[in-house]
This record gives sequence, C-alpha cells and structure tokens, in this order.
Amino acid sequence: MPEAPAIPATHAPRPRRSRRALAPWLFLAPGLAMFLIYVIIPIFQSMWVSFYDWDGLSDATWVGMANYVELMDDEAFYVSLKNNVIWLVLYMLAVPAGLMIALFLNQTVRGIRIYKSLFFFPFVISQVVVGLIFSWFYAPDFGLLYKLIEGLTGQSVAILADERLVTYGIIAAGLWPQIAYCMILYLTGLNAVAPDQIEAARLDGAKGWKMLWYVVLPQLRPATFIAIVVTVIGALRSFDLVSIMTSGGPFGSSRVLSYYMYEQALSEYGYRMGYGAAIAVVLFGIMMIFISGFIWKMWRDEKGVR
Amino acid sequence: MKLSTTVAIAALMATVSLPAFAQQRTLVLNTDASDPAPKAAFDQLVADFEAANPDIDVVVNVFDHEGYKTAIRNFLTADSPDLANWYAGNRMAPFVNSNQFTDVSDVWEENGLKESLAPALSSMTIDGKQWGVPYTYYQWGIYYNKDVYAKAGVDAGAIKTWDEFVAACDKFKEAGVDCLTTGSKALWPIAGIFDYLDLRTNGYDFHMQLTNGEVAWTDDRVKAVFAEWAKVLPYTTQNHAAIDWQDAVANLVQGKAANYVMGNFAVAAFKDGGMTNDNLGFMPFPEITPGLARAEEAPTDTIHIPAGAKNVEDAKTFLAFLASADVQTKMNDTLGQLPINTGASVGEDPFLQQGFELLSTADGGIAQFFDRDAPAEMAKAGMEGFQEFMVKPDRVDAILERLEKTRARVYK
Repeated sequence: MPEAPAIPATHAPRPRRSRRALAPWLFLAPGLAMFLIYVIIPIFQSMWVSFYDWDGLSDATWVGMANYVELMDDEAFYVSLKNNVIWLVLYMLAVPAGLMIALFLNQTVRGIRIYKSLFFFPFVISQVVVGLIFSWFYAPDFGLLYKLIEGLTGQSVAILADERLVTYGIIAAGLWPQIAYCMILYLTGLNAVAPDQIEAARLDGAKGWKMLWYVVLPQLRPATFIAIVVTVIGALRSFDLVSIMTSGGPFGSSRVLSYYMYEQALSEYGYRMGYGAAIAVVLFGIMMIFISGFIWKMWRDEKGVR
Repeated sequence: MKLSTTVAIAALMATVSLPAFAQQRTLVLNTDASDPAPKAAFDQLVADFEAANPDIDVVVNVFDHEGYKTAIRNFLTADSPDLANWYAGNRMAPFVNSNQFTDVSDVWEENGLKESLAPALSSMTIDGKQWGVPYTYYQWGIYYNKDVYAKAGVDAGAIKTWDEFVAACDKFKEAGVDCLTTGSKALWPIAGIFDYLDLRTNGYDFHMQLTNGEVAWTDDRVKAVFAEWAKVLPYTTQNHAAIDWQDAVANLVQGKAANYVMGNFAVAAFKDGGMTNDNLGFMPFPEITPGLARAEEAPTDTIHIPAGAKNVEDAKTFLAFLASADVQTKMNDTLGQLPINTGASVGEDPFLQQGFELLSTADGGIAQFFDRDAPAEMAKAGMEGFQEFMVKPDRVDAILERLEKTRARVYK
C-alpha cells in the first residue's frame, strides 16, 4: 500500500509505527545503558589512562605514547606475552580431552550420573582452591608429586620454583577444571546427536574413528564452538591461578599479561596506572582478534540459517 | 531487632562523624592492627587515651593487614580518618609528596620528640619536616638453632666476621644441614639479606644512596655485595623460591637449617614451632668490611594525620600521647617489640633485650628495610633481581643491568 501524502487526517498510523520502532529500543535501554557504563566507556577510559603517568594519588601527567614505548623495551612484558601464548596453545588440550571423557561417559550404565558429577566436580570448586591444591601437590618436601619424582629418580624438582617448568605447572592446574567444563559441554551436545543418523551410519558400515569424525563431530559443532570460545577466553584471563600459586614468581617467570597488568597498576609495589592501562590495552587488542573472529563466525552462521 | 537498629545508627554516626555532638568529640583512627597482638595493643592504647581525655571518643576502624595497603589509598582521598597507620622512610614519601599527610613538626617541637624519639628522627623527616609519630620498631638479625650448632660442633659466640660465618657453613654442610634458610616466595625475606650484606660491605650512607637512586646498580661496590652473597648460596636452602617465610621457620625449628636472617616478629613463630629461649639464639649480622660503623635494620611503624582529617587538634593530642615513654613501654610490652622513645623501658624477653642493646649501640645508622627505603617500583624490581640471583648466580651482570635500567626510570 503506497504512502498517502501528508494529510492531517492520516497521521494516526504514524505514531503507532514509530511506537513499534521505539518499543524494542525502550526494552533494550536498561541493558544498553549498563553495557555502555560498565563496558564501553571503561574501555575508552583505559585507553585514555594509558597515555598518562598516574599513581592514583597525584595529578596525572600526559606522556603520550611513552608507556607503549617502554612496553616495547620491557623484558617482563615479553615474558608475560610468551606465557600467554603457551597458555593459549596448551589450554586448547582441554577441548579434545573433554571430548574424550564425554564420549567415555556417554553410556547407559548404572550410576553413570554419579560418575558424570564426579568428573564435573573440579569445575564446581573455586579456582583459588584448585590453585592451593596444586601448590600442595607440587610443594617441596611434602608434595605428592615432589615425593613421587623423588621416589622414582632420587632427585626431585620444585616445579613452582623452576623458571622453566612453572608455567606448565600452573597450566596443568588450570586444565583440570577446564577439561571438566569442556566435558559437560560435550555431554549436553551428545544428548542432541540424532540417533537415526548414527543408526544409518552404522548400517553403512561406519565405526570407530570414522564414525566419530564424519558422523558425531559434525553434529557436535555448536558444542565445539562454545568449548573453544570459553577455553580461549579462560586462557587469556588466567589470573587467579597465577596469583594464588606463584604471584608471578619465581622472579616474574610465570607472569601473564593480566597478572602483569594487575601488578603494575594495583599491587602493593605498583600504582603505575598508566603503564597498567597500556598493558590492558594490549591484552584487549589480543582478545579482540579472537572475539571478532568468533562474532564473525556467529554472524555468518546466523545469516546462513535465514 | 531493636539492637540491630541501634548498631546501624551507631555505625552511621561513626562514618559520618557528626560535628553536632560537640561535647563528645570524635577521633577516627584507621589501623591495620588485625593480628592478635597489635589489636590488643591498639585496644589498650585507645582505652588509655580515652581515660586520659574523657571528652574525646576514639573510633577505631580495623583493616586486614594486607588489604590496608590498598585501602589507605582509597580512604585518604575519599573519606579521610583523623589518624592512620603507616610506615616510616620512603614508604611514606608518595603520601607526603602528594600532600596526603599533614606536617606534624609542631608536635615534635612542642613535646621535645626530636630528643626522645631520636632513633627514628631521620626516617620520619622529609624536606626537613616530620610527617608522623613512630611508636614501635624491631630488630633484624640472624636467628639460629643452638641444637644444630652443638650437633655440628660450631661455636656461635665465635662467629664475628662473615668469613667465619662462611667457614661455619662448611661445617653445617658436612653435618647435612642447610647453613642458611629462607623462603623467597613473597620476595621480601631475601631483601633483609641484601640489606645486611650491603650495610656491612659498604655501610649505611652507601646503602641510603643506593636506595635513593644516587648510585648505579652496576657500580663495583654493588657487585662486591653480590660477590659476598655468592659465598653462602651453595649453603642456602635449595627450594627457597617455592616456600614462604613460615615454611623456612619450620626448617629451622626441625633442625634442617642452622640460621635464618629475619625480623624479631619471627620469634613468635619459632616458639609456636616448639623452640624455647634455651635452643633459639640471636646474633647480629657478622662484620664484612672491618672498621665500618655498624648499621642495623629496624622497620618502624608509625601513625600519621591525613590531610583530610576533620579533627586535627585532637589528632595532634593523640600523637603527643602516643609518643610518651610510658605509653610506648606499655604498648610494646603487648606488641612484643621495641619502643622508639629513649625513655621507655624494654620487656624481660631476652630477644628484645638483645635487640634494644643492638639498636641503641648502632653507631652507623638505622635502615628501615629495602622495600621501605627504596621506592615501591625499585623495591619490587630489586627483590625480583635478588631472587633470580639466588637461583642463577651467574646471571648477576644481566640482573644488575636490568636494575640499572629500572633505576634510570624510577628516580626521575
């Protein structure tokens, strides 16, 4: 129906239409306001602070790119960056490991729910507790792993005091709950796998790896996607375990970017807000690479459905 | 129900500190005295002060000891109390330089504190003014296990020089014991070792210049300190980087280690572990460069008046009260530490007696502690460097280069 020319009598439908256009925004407004105040504005504030030299008490002085220039020449920054990469790569092991356990647990045996909950248990307990448990596990003189290595080789190693091993030691602790998380994602995904397709594949003679690769995994794609997303984000914000287990030590060799940022900006010996903010901006940039990738994929998938 | 409302109103009144209640003036004190002994000492102090000044009501806000270090930055700028705990030396410099503390030189002048609190005068002075009142300090030194000394056949009383100490370490090694134990997970315990090595090798003035950023870390005199340190590294507990200072206390208590460079607060931990005055010993850090004036390490705790204080008048009365000999005697009896006031008396405890003797005869000077004498950033980088050196002594040159780079940036 073509639009009539603007005659006073026909202006009645217009408010209704604009009301219809306005209504979603009204409902979105509280959420958008929150998002703006707590996410968008702070992002730009961090970027702004990163151009200043500020201890949080005195007046801030504008230093331009000086914080970033210093970052480029900071050994501790490169150590943190390297550790972040190690975290990202090794944390990915949680995805296949979670899948294996999920496949293993996806059967109908008496009491399977109990086993499932037991496997899920590490994800339920706090990261702080996980960190403490693993610290004791590695602890020199009384730690279980320490004693085990000592018993086998006669010479033991304090993993959290060794600059070459410490990051791997912390990642191992982080993998424990992360595998459980991926497992639960895959377990729910496996519930949605169509039994008739399995049946049909079986009639066609597929089994073992081929069944897994060509029939089950494609149906698990949504679960895989979410598992990778949470694992990448989990690896990049790996702060709590580092803080609990080593405080970045020995001599800063287990720092990651998020911990280094905290140390520079907020810890007892820090209060270099500008420098901390500069680290935060770099970390944000790295996260943005992954986040835009994920958003692009989701957007493409959604368009594909329509 | 009624009770909780009253409590709520009381809490409200405490935070707002209404000027309308003029007859009963309030004084708000923020403190980090969350551990049992400091808490008891502060309760006693406040009760005594209120008894002496019935028209003043002191409201105490106790913060967790570690959390306080962050909290103070918030409450100084946002909702300032009338009095706040902090530390002497460079540790108070950020607050003094950003005008967060009030100059209390008049309190020092009027009460003759420059004489009575003489040991802490230099560490309380910035730009020729005093910025707070110190009430307690404690000595650092070497605590040792007498049983281990007896077992290894070493006479503790005969160790006067660093060479004799290193020679003794050899004997401990033969006996299968770590000569020196420490836990560097939290970094600060090893700063005590560095401070003493530097104080004994180069003296107080050099140490102050170094922590003030006036000397390069690549200076030969600094390298000499690390050379002395390298001598005892083979005899130091191997996994120190993985353990906390309390774990190292266990090493000494169980006889796995002979010596521990620590502050006097560790005595309580040694005794909790089962040691007594009979088998726990204390000795001053041995001499390295002969003839050097003996300097000691004694971190000082202080109370300041924030710039935003509402009741400055009464806060100054409180500081004068805190500085008096009787008050410091009583308070430090409870704290188990040493009073600053030269007229105060020291408790019966043998370690306190030795500490008092040690500090009052230190002709070289009293250092605060590495992380209080050096600015925070330098302290952090320095302590990390010390830890790396203890694990990888061959990297000493690279470490010192890095510290020099930090120095160039920190002291602008």
